[in-house]
Parts: sequence; structure tokens; C-alpha cells
Amino acid sequence: MGVRQEEVPMDHAELNFIPGSIDKQKLAAPVKSAVDKFQLLPEFLKGRGLVKQHLDSYNYFVKTDIKKIVRANDRIVCKFDPSIFLRFKDVRIGRPSVSRDAVSDDLRPHTCRLSDLTYAAPILVNVEYVQGSHNQKILMEKNDVVIGKMPVMLRSCCCVLYGKDEAELARLGECPLDPGGYFVIKGTEKVVLIQEQLSKNRIILDKDKKGDINASVTSSTEATKSKTVISMDSKTMKMYLNLNQFTTKKIPIMAIMKAMGMESDQEVVQMIGRDPRFGALLLPSMEECASLGIHTQQQALEFLDKKVTPSAFTRSTSEKESRVSYILRSVFLANVPVQENNFRPKCIYVAVMLRRMMEVLLNKDAMDDKDYVGNKRLELSGQLISLLFEDLFKSMISDAETEMVRVLNKQSRSSRFDPSQFIVKDGITNGLERALSTGNWDVKRFRMHKKGVTQVLGRLSFIGTLGHMTRISPQFEKSRKVSGPRALQPSQWGMLCPCDTPEGESCGLIKNLALMTHVTTDEEDGPLISLCYCLGVEDLELLSGEELHSPNSFLVIFNGLILGKHRRPQHFATAMRKLRRAGKVGEFVSVFVNEKQCCVYIASDGGRVCRPLVIADKGVSRIKEYHMKELVDGVRTFEDFLREGLIEYLDVNEENNALIALYDAEATTETTHIEIEPFTILGVCAGLIPFPHHNQSPRNTYQCAMGKQAMGNIAYNELCRMDTLLYLLVYPQRPLLTTRTIELVGYDKLGAGQNATVAVMSYTGYDIEDAIVMNKSSLDRGFGRCIVMKKYSAIHQRHGNDTSEFIMRPTRDAENKLTDNRMRVLDEDGIAAPGEIIRPNDIYVNKRPSWQTFKGPEGEPSVVDRVSLFSDRNNNMCIKFIIRQTRRPEVGDKFSSRHGQKGVCGTIVQQEDFVFSERGICPDLIMNPHGFPSRMTVGKMIELLGGKAGVSSGRFHYGSAFGEPSGHADRVEAISETLVKCGFSYNGKDFLYSGITGTPLQSYVFMGPIYYQKLKHMVLDKMHARGSGPRVMLTRQPTEGRARNGGLRVGEMERDCLIAYGASMLIYERLMISSDPFEVQVCRGCGLLGYYNHKLKTGICSTCKSGDNISTMKLPYACKLLIQELQSMNIVPRLKLDEA
Amino acid sequence: MDKQDVGNEGGEEKKPFSIWDLPDVPMGKLPPHLELQRTRVVCNPDAPIHTENIMYSGAYASMGVDNSLRLDHFRDNFRVEVKRLNKEDMEFDMIGIDAAIANAFRRILIAELPTMAIEKVLIANNTSVIQDEVLAHRLGLIPLNVDARLFEYLSANDQPNEKNTIVFKLHVRCKRGDPRMTVYSKELKWLPKGSEFIQESDNPNAKPVTYTSFSSSQDSMPEFSNNPISPTEDNIIIAKLGPGQEIELEAHAVKGIGKTHAKWSPVATAWYRMLPEVVLLEDIEDGDAKELKKICPVNVFDIEDFGNGKKKATVARPRQCTLCRECIREAKWEKHVALRRVKDHFIFTIESTGALPPEMLFTEAVKILEDKCERVISELS
Repeated sequence: MGVRQEEVPMDHAELNFIPGSIDKQKLAAPVKSAVDKFQLLPEFLKGRGLVKQHLDSYNYFVKTDIKKIVRANDRIVCKFDPSIFLRFKDVRIGRPSVSRDAVSDDLRPHTCRLSDLTYAAPILVNVEYVQGSHNQKILMEKNDVVIGKMPVMLRSCCCVLYGKDEAELARLGECPLDPGGYFVIKGTEKVVLIQEQLSKNRIILDKDKKGDINASVTSSTEATKSKTVISMDSKTMKMYLNLNQFTTKKIPIMAIMKAMGMESDQEVVQMIGRDPRFGALLLPSMEECASLGIHTQQQALEFLDKKVTPSAFTRSTSEKESRVSYILRSVFLANVPVQENNFRPKCIYVAVMLRRMMEVLLNKDAMDDKDYVGNKRLELSGQLISLLFEDLFKSMISDAETEMVRVLNKQSRSSRFDPSQFIVKDGITNGLERALSTGNWDVKRFRMHKKGVTQVLGRLSFIGTLGHMTRISPQFEKSRKVSGPRALQPSQWGMLCPCDTPEGESCGLIKNLALMTHVTTDEEDGPLISLCYCLGVEDLELLSGEELHSPNSFLVIFNGLILGKHRRPQHFATAMRKLRRAGKVGEFVSVFVNEKQCCVYIASDGGRVCRPLVIADKGVSRIKEYHMKELVDGVRTFEDFLREGLIEYLDVNEENNALIALYDAEATTETTHIEIEPFTILGVCAGLIPFPHHNQSPRNTYQCAMGKQAMGNIAYNELCRMDTLLYLLVYPQRPLLTTRTIELVGYDKLGAGQNATVAVMSYTGYDIEDAIVMNKSSLDRGFGRCIVMKKYSAIHQRHGNDTSEFIMRPTRDAENKLTDNRMRVLDEDGIAAPGEIIRPNDIYVNKRPSWQTFKGPEGEPSVVDRVSLFSDRNNNMCIKFIIRQTRRPEVGDKFSSRHGQKGVCGTIVQQEDFVFSERGICPDLIMNPHGFPSRMTVGKMIELLGGKAGVSSGRFHYGSAFGEPSGHADRVEAISETLVKCGFSYNGKDFLYSGITGTPLQSYVFMGPIYYQKLKHMVLDKMHARGSGPRVMLTRQPTEGRARNGGLRVGEMERDCLIAYGASMLIYERLMISSDPFEVQVCRGCGLLGYYNHKLKTGICSTCKSGDNISTMKLPYACKLLIQELQSMNIVPRLKLDEA
Repeated sequence: MDKQDVGNEGGEEKKPFSIWDLPDVPMGKLPPHLELQRTRVVCNPDAPIHTENIMYSGAYASMGVDNSLRLDHFRDNFRVEVKRLNKEDMEFDMIGIDAAIANAFRRILIAELPTMAIEKVLIANNTSVIQDEVLAHRLGLIPLNVDARLFEYLSANDQPNEKNTIVFKLHVRCKRGDPRMTVYSKELKWLPKGSEFIQESDNPNAKPVTYTSFSSSQDSMPEFSNNPISPTEDNIIIAKLGPGQEIELEAHAVKGIGKTHAKWSPVATAWYRMLPEVVLLEDIEDGDAKELKKICPVNVFDIEDFGNGKKKATVARPRQCTLCRECIREAKWEKHVALRRVKDHFIFTIESTGALPPEMLFTEAVKILEDKCERVISELS
């Protein structure tokens, strides 16, 4: 096996010889014994795109969920006369359109972006309703009634881009590489972030602050949401229920059991299990219950009735049912359904909870981990919008009902009564639009108040956009100082990227999906439940308490609901899995046998993360060479692999039942699955890093953050977009050292960096502290040159009283000369002309009464790039200007390699002063070697070697993560061999000559190409200095901040230094003369401030009414202000003057 | 000295070592190790040593060696051998010269030799995707086939005239319905009569003034009469046009030097390397010789048959050595092979951009260095 392993990468090195990523020749070459499964990946991503999670979720909402919601609330019934009603029969989403002046127009997403529209489609319903009232009622039907507008996710099934090929997308003004999955709301692109949550309807065992054991269930059904907590007092060993609806936190659990009809203590003990230890643990609770005098159901109900919080209960259900039984029925463990007053399933559920708690008490390992990914659910845009829509739809119905009552109550009605007119569409449209544009999700029904659910899609770089789409926002707030949720969880393997997380306060909380992660959507559970019964699950109803936990039988729990038990759990699980692999059951249904808890968990709920894996039988992969060949030939798709049971999706829980081998060769007979490709554990951002597995891990994390700030191309349609801020690189390049991920996501087509020849050496001393020395000729030739485009907009406002602003042509005098030189960029229509060079203070819209002037940076000139006109929703003419500036790198601009090694340009050196090699190669930049030892970015060194071998042999080299064994990363040995073949030293070090003295350098220098990114932080945007300038009106001190041309503060620490140094006059100057000096008249008599009488030319004290004892002195205006403010609150500060 | 003393004692007991018994250092000649240091860079596997040049005239005065630079000596020993010469590039050996002077030529070639390059672009219309500045930048980098010696510098307050400015016109349009087209440098048309664009003026009655004031047409100059000015390469891509897009501009080329901007550099690059010297310190025979020959990726070594079945490795093509150091990578070879560079032998390469042939560039560089020297002399005197 060892020998074979050696062979594989060598072959790949040869096969890869043709530049270009997925060439047919390489694929057609015979696949080696270890089947190269990489080809599955492009196929996988082709079928689903990079943001399939969002699209799936939204599609599920649009296709299924919205129908369910409407079906569940399909009637608007008049309260007085139930025969008057309106019924929704069907609901669907139409084509995206906009109506202007009552004409409906088809919408393209790009039109929305450009003219600040919302990309939304009408929600169409078919309704049937009763018209007229009293005696003459006619049943009417109306089809395609619009009840509102649904914002459409780009590339979803409602979008016009759905299923379009590259040419069609280009025609629609869309970038083919854009993943979609976001919304366009009022012209801005909004992403609904993936929300991380604890899973619903599951028992979670945890410890609270006091160290008590808790078993909690967050129930969530269509009707209610509740949280049920059963806790065990660690001292008394008594168990209590904690539910919001009760006044006290501690309701004895046995009282609840009795209230639900379990009067016999023996039955409870039997249900929990006959282990004497359990009985002993239950005893204190039983004793307490008995001491409270609760023995029968009636007594328990009466006891509980006293504890109910009066206000929390809304009395809408039938009066005859007591409040307690209502709570027990539909709040307490709401996820367990109660049919016909049969509380038995609930009792069993409680018993299982109690049993788990006792197990935890006896064995600490049984505790659940809240950070375990299997206990988490990801809520996606579809689910979030569905919540919102349901709320809005319900409030529309209730509004319609009250309106109906109001109209019917009217004494005289002129027109015929028509319920269909009560459907107002603004509520839903505005509600959805507002939530998406502000990101505030307020659903009163569920007491949900989330902020920042949506974000503006970051369009600074292509990778940033992709990274934004896979971002997961945390369930906890950032302020919590706990390490647990921030730590890397082993269960994240393959699901969430281990590298991509921000630094700082939200480190570890904000996560990103890995490359192959899929997030499930809800699945129909009825058929699955009956299937379980068919496969031999014994129904709960038929079991006695005693039988429940009998040894060798496992409970079967479906989506948190106990179905029953099974005597042969492994057999059952295998059967389920076989059905899934055969495609009879949804591919995302997970079957998880928990040996510790003696349970089989079956899950089909939405929000679970899962990923595809190759199935292996006794360690032999099911995917054979011919399968891959068929895939390459195009006869087979990824779906075929799934359908034929070669690949299956596993979620985090089911992964615990699997033994997954990394490579075919490592598989043993116990192996059940084999990974497709190891580099898929990384996400999109981390996938750009070559050889990340050779780097120190924080460096990869830094690069993930920096890749998003890199300039480059953002999309194919970047020059047609009107972004507020756009950074472009003039000559972006494709990295010489690529990875498979780069090719999969399209970074090779929309790069954000350039391959710079780097010499790792010290030069001029301007390269200390990570600074880099740049070659001026390289900059002359276009290295690092970038374009900054900024949007300026103007609205041609129309006021209500028939007046409006107007735009004037530039004013000229008799000799046709411009009266105002600031108008030189204006066209004859009074709007700046594209292509004109615009300088600070030039007018770009000659609008009256107020024109708008350009406030750009001085320095290199800016150019008006584009001007676009459109009318906004109020039919005002809007003008957008894109003003562009081309910048060449200058000292202080920030650059970074792909290994978290950022640095600013320290100095720019003439080419003739630069070092040059034996072949006349002159580096583009010089990096200080001190950047290496502490950072340990070995990946960067290998990138340099690989890049050097790449340019000299004419083939792109690869550096995919963990790719050496499978041939997706070139080995250093092979790279060195190529280097030697091309006449370089094997270690990449070249013999250089100094450009200044002309003699050789005294050491060999590590030199070669490294992909460098130019980051968006540039000195031009940051540099700031001021002599004199604006002041704050109140304090007369200089303003703060660069934007306001503010002063530079001599702060407390600086002041301390000056004091220590004894530079008193400098302090005096900085703190007063240069800040806010003010001359005041002080009365020596009373110590208060007087004023200067200009007529008498003396100072006068208004308190003493005399000018005798007045002295003039200087003090900071802020001090005078303080004195006066104190006076205004009845504090009299008096100044005591001494002769100086 | 002590150590040697002890070592000698073992061999000859009678004669204790005395420093006076050592042979005299020959006056007027350096001992071999110093000579090596002075004339060769030794490229050890870890780092090159003796890279610096010993400039001080009295550095070896104690040994009676005069290290000063003497003109007659230089004149006798200096040689230039042209190895390769064609229109674009040239390789020649400069032997018997100091690194500083060779470097001076290199630096002058890169940065101080004037050429003509497009400096000002007047854009009348540009509807292509490429931005005006970027287009101008690209035009600037196009090398022009014109001898800059015939022109003068355009200083800030000069009027552009036929002596200091070359005007090109570029007017391309991709018709609607046509496929996308590429604009090549050959489409730059020389306007010997100067600019055709009329300067905007406030006075409508004024005589139209163009952006240049040529007093005569440039094609009447004898140098250009049958040799029109054009870019050196015809197929440099300037831009790409989609259907309906158009570029109309005038490009004004002026004289400048590479120091201000790389576009005025007359060379793609110019560099030198010191002559490689590969020395076999010991005889390498048979198997080792074969191995050595195989190890070298650039084929420096050969195997020679010395009769009597002995095969020895020889250094056949030391010039090809790229200093990959493969032959000294393994410790066992380190004692047998020495890689050196001859300090006063420069293999100089000039890659011209095409405005002037490389040999001319070099002579021009020499002239500039001469001028500089003269300036120093005159400033000093």
C-alpha cells in the first residue's frame, strides 16, 4: 500500500501538466486504484451552486411552506355572520414585476439594483367568497388576486435568473459567477444571515448556574412556542418543573405527573425504569408531593391552579377547561400532541426526561453539550421569511375581519358587500420589505425581536460576497465571556470551516459553512412515522410503563417525539438507511442509534447541517473507476450517485454511527464511509489559501478576514453596477499557485491580487515591522494599480405645493465664458458629463436652490465615470454619479499575501537600485525575513517555491489543503525537482547582485512569485493633518475626526508626558492658544465673570455693578462655559486672582 | 602557530619550528588564497563569500602589491567580446573591469538613457470598457520606434513642437453588429504635422489653435522621410471593443528617461552576471564522474576518456552554470567541486525594447557615463 501511495501524486504531477483546471485529458487518463473522487466536487457544486442552502430554504418556503401557512389560515370569517366568509384556495408567487402608473412591468434584478427598486413578485391567491349579505348571498370566485409582494431571492425558483445559462445571464446584466441567494430591497442587496439556534423539540441536559441539573425542551409548534425546564435541586435531590406560566419557579414534578393522570407512584417508577437507583432518586420528589397533600389528579389540579400566573394566560379557549389543564395541554411540552385528553404520551415524555436526568446524575458523561453541532439548527432565510409572512398574513386576516365587522355595522351601505375588497396588500408588502431592509425581525406572536438578521451584501471583493453568504450569525450575544461556544468543536469537522471566523469580540461565534455543507429543509413527517411503525416500532400506546425501558430495546424518537420502542434497533436503523439509500425516503433523513441513551433518533426536520460522503462496504468504496469515468463523460451526475446509493448525506448525529476514512487506502473493514475530498472541510475563504495545512492556524484565520478586503474584480458586471464604493484592481491576475477550491468557486476568473516576484531579504531598512519595499518600475508598469469608484447621488426633489427644485445649465457670460469655474465639468443639461476630470469643489449637479459640489481627495484627479438617471418610487428624478479615481500604490498602502501576512509599503525604490538575479530577474517587492520565524507561515514559502516552479515550467501548481496524498497539492520534493530541472536551486534561493554596488550579495536569497493582495486600506483615504480649521460651536474647540477636518488631540497621556518633561509653555500653547483661548473679565471682588462694555471701554462686573475691580484674563472657552453651566445649576464657582 | 608547532614535532623532532624558516612572501605577488579572494566570488553551498571588491589601492601594500587602478593597465587588459547580437538583444562579455563600472552601465541603461514615450493622451471619445487613465497608461508603455537623440526634452513651459513631440492618432470603432474587436498598437497612426485637435477657446472668432505648434512637418526630416514613426511592435493589444464602442484619441510622445517612469526605459532589462568558474578540486573518476555529469541540470560537466580505461570528469561548459548548486548540494561533493565567479568578467545582456538596437544603447550609455565624468571633473576644477 505504501508503494502505491507514493505513486499517486507523481502521476498527478504529470497529468496536471496542461494549464487550466479541469481539462478533459487529465480526466480521461486512467484513474488509479485509489479512485480520484475530486470530480464529484465540481459536479456537486454545479448542481447546487455555492449558496444552495439559501436557495433551497427559500424555494421550500415558496413552494411548500407558504401554501401550508395559507391552508392553515385560509378563512376570513365575519364574526357576526359565519356564512359570510372569504376562503383562500391556492397561493403562488408570480413573476417578479413592478407596477408603475398602474402598468405592470417585468423586473430584472439588475434594474432593481440600478433604480433602487425592490425585487419582488406578487403573491397571487385564488379566493372564493360570499358576496352580498342577509338574504342574497352569491358565492363568487376570483383568481390571481394580489395580496402583497414577496421579495424574491435571486436565482431561486421564482427569480427570472432561474435556470439561465451564462449567455442569458449576461443579457440580463447579471454576472454568471454571482451565487445569488440574496434579495434586492430598495436597490441594496441584502443577505439574510444564517441564524444558529439550539435545536427545537429536543431534550437537552445541562447544568445551570447553581450547578443543578436541567432538562430543557424548547417546544415549537405551529401554534405556540414554549420552554419547559425540569431541574433537580442538587442538595435535596427533588425535581421541579420550571415553566413561565406558573408563578413559582418550583412546581414539584410529581404534582404535574399526578395532574396528568399518573396518580400511582408505582407507575411513575415503572415508567422511569426499575433500576433501584432511579427509585431512590425519585423518592424525595414523591415525598414532597405527598407532604403537600397531593394524591389525586383533582388535588394536583387544584394545587397547580393556585400557582398559575394570572396575566400570562389569555382566556380564549373554551371556558370549561381549567387554566391548568390548558397549560398542561398546550404550553407544557407543547411539542407532544395531546389527543382526546390522552396525556399518556406527555407522561412518558416527562418520564424519559426524568430518566435522562438521573442518568446524568449517576454518570456525568450523559450530559448534553450545547455547543455540539448536532444539537444546533441553522435557520435560513426561508424559515425566517416564513415566520414573518405567517405573522403578516394572520394580521391581514384579523384586520380584514375587523374591517368586515365595521362595514357590516354601518347603518346604510351604498355598495354591495364584497369581502374581497378587504384584502389589503400593503401590510404584507411593507412588512416584508421593512424587515428585510432593516434586519429587524419582530414577530409578536412568538415574542421574537431579532436585530441585524439581514445585512447589506458586502461587495468589496468576490470572495467577500461568497463569504458573506455562508456566514452564520451566533445565537448568543457577543458580550458573554465564555469560551465554550467560541472553541472549535470536533463535531464541526466538515460542516463548518475551522479557519473562517473573525478576530476580536465575535471570535468563534460567527462561523462559516464548509464547502460541501448542506442545510436541510423540513420534510413531510407523516409518511416517515408510518414507515417507522411498519419497520417494527412498537407503538407507545400499546406499551406499559414497565416495558418502556426494558433492556435490549431502544426507544425510537422521531424529531423529538417518542414513537415507541424497537427490539432490534440496529436492524431497524439499517433498514431505514437502506431505504434512504434506495431513495424511498428523503436523502436528508438521518438515523442515529444512540447506544448510551438506548435510543434511535430519526430526524427529518429542517436546519440540520449535513454533508455527502462516499459509502463503503466493509471498507471498500462503492465508487469505482467506471463510475468516475461515467461522470467525466457526462453520462452520470451527482444525483445519480445519490440515487444509486454510492453517496449519502450524513448529519452530525449520524456521523457518530459511522467510521469515516479519510482516504480509500486508510479504510479498514469497519469503515462505513470515505471522505470525498479532505479539503472540503474548509470554507470558501479558507479555500483560497495555498498549503493552509502548513501554516500556523491563526494565520489562516487572518487571511480569511483579509481576503474579504482585497481588491480585485467583484463580478463580471462590476462596471454596470452602481455600488456606493467599489475597489477594482486594474490588472488582476489569477494566482500561480492555485487550489481546487479556487477553481470551484471561480476565484481564478475573478481574482483579487497579483503574482509578485518577492525576494525575502532585508533592504534599505524601510522593511522592518512587516513593511515591504516596492520596485518603482513595477508600479510604473501597473502593479497594484487600483480604481476607486464612489457613488454620489442627487434627487431632483418635487415639493408638495407644485414647486420643485430645478437643474440649470451652466451659466455663461456674454463671451460664452463660464461665470463660475466650478461648473467646468457640467454638460449643457446641468449634470456632470461622463469622462470629465472633476476636482474638489467642482459642481456636479447645478441644482437650484442648492447645487452639489464634489468633495473628493486632492491629489490624483478623479473622473466622472458614469451618470445614470432614474425615477424613484415617488416619481422624483434621481441622478447617480460614479466618480472614479485611479491610484498607483504609494508609501503606506496595505498589501498582504494569502497567509495572513499583511504589511504596508515602506518605501518605493528605483529598479536600478533593486537587486537582480543571474537571469536578470528583478523582484517586484522585497519582504523582510523576520516575518517568518514567529508567524510560521510555511505555506507561504511553499507557495513561493511552487509559484517559481510554476512560472518556469509553464503549469499552474496546486496547493489544496491536505492535498498531497490525493494529488491536489504538489509536494515540495516534486517542486524542488522542477526547480532544479529549470536551473534553479532546489531550495528556491537565488544568487543576487546588488543594484547599488553591483557586487553579489553575501547570501543566497529566497526569491519567487507570491500572490499578493492589495487591501482596501490606503493612505490617501486616511492621511490627515490640519493647521487651523473648523471649530465646534459650543466649546469653540477644534472639531474631531478626519471627515470634519478635525484637529489632532493632545490627550491626557501626551499631556502627562509634557508635564513630566516640564514643557509648560508647550502645554499652554497646545491646550489653550491653539485650541479655544478666550478673554474674560473677572471681578476680583466677587470672583465672578463680568463683561466688557464697549461704550465705556471697561470691563464691568454685573454682580457688583462696578468696573473697579475688574481684571482681564485668558482662559479656555470651555472653562468659561463650565463656569456658566455650573452657575445655571446654582453652583457658584468663584475665581480668586493673585498677582502673578 | 602553537598548534602547528605541535603538529610538526611529530614528524621532525630535531628541527623545532621557527617562523623565520618559512619562505618569504614573494613581493609583488599575492599569495594564492588572497588572490582568490581578490578575483573570485566563491559560491559555497550556504552563502557566497568574498563578494565585495577590494577597492583600496593600498590594501596589499604590505605585500608590495599595488591595488590601485591604473589606466594603462586597464587599457591593456580590458576586452569586450560580443557573444550574441540581434535586433532585440545582445550578450557580450566585458572583461577586466570593475563591478562598479559595469553596474554603472547597467544603471544608466535602465534609468538614464532617454527614449520617446507617450506622455499625454487627449481623449476625444472613449466608449470602451477600459477607463481613460488605464488606456493612457497602456499607451504610455508601448515602445516607439524612434531615435530619441533627434528630439529635445519638453520642459514645463515649452510649447510642444516638432522638435520635442511626436503625435499619434488612434481612432477605432467597432461597428454595431460586428463581433468584438481588438485594438492593436499598429492602429496608432503617426501625425507628422502635429495635433489635429482644435483647442477649445472661449473666443469663437479666434483662429483655431491645435494642441501642438509644429512649424514643419516631421516627415520632412531626413530621418523620418522614408521611415515613418510607429510603435516597435505591431501586435500589442491596447484595448478591446464591443459592438458600438469607439475610441478616438491623440497621443503625444515626448522624450524622457527611465528614472521618471519605466516607460522611458530603453531596455526591457539590462543586467550582467559574473563569469562562472567551476573548478574540480580533485580528479573525479568513473562512477562519480558520471554521477556528477548527471546531477547538473544545465550540463556543465563532461566526461573525458584519458586512455587506460580512466574516465575523468571535466568542466566543459562553465558558462552555462546557473548556480543551482546541485553539484555541491551533497556534502561529499563539496570537497571536489568549487563554484566561483570571476569578479572582473561580466556577461552583460541588454534586451532592448526596440527603439534603438542594443549595441547603440550601450554606446549611448558609455557616452552618458563620459558626460557624467566630465561634469564631475569640471565641477571639481
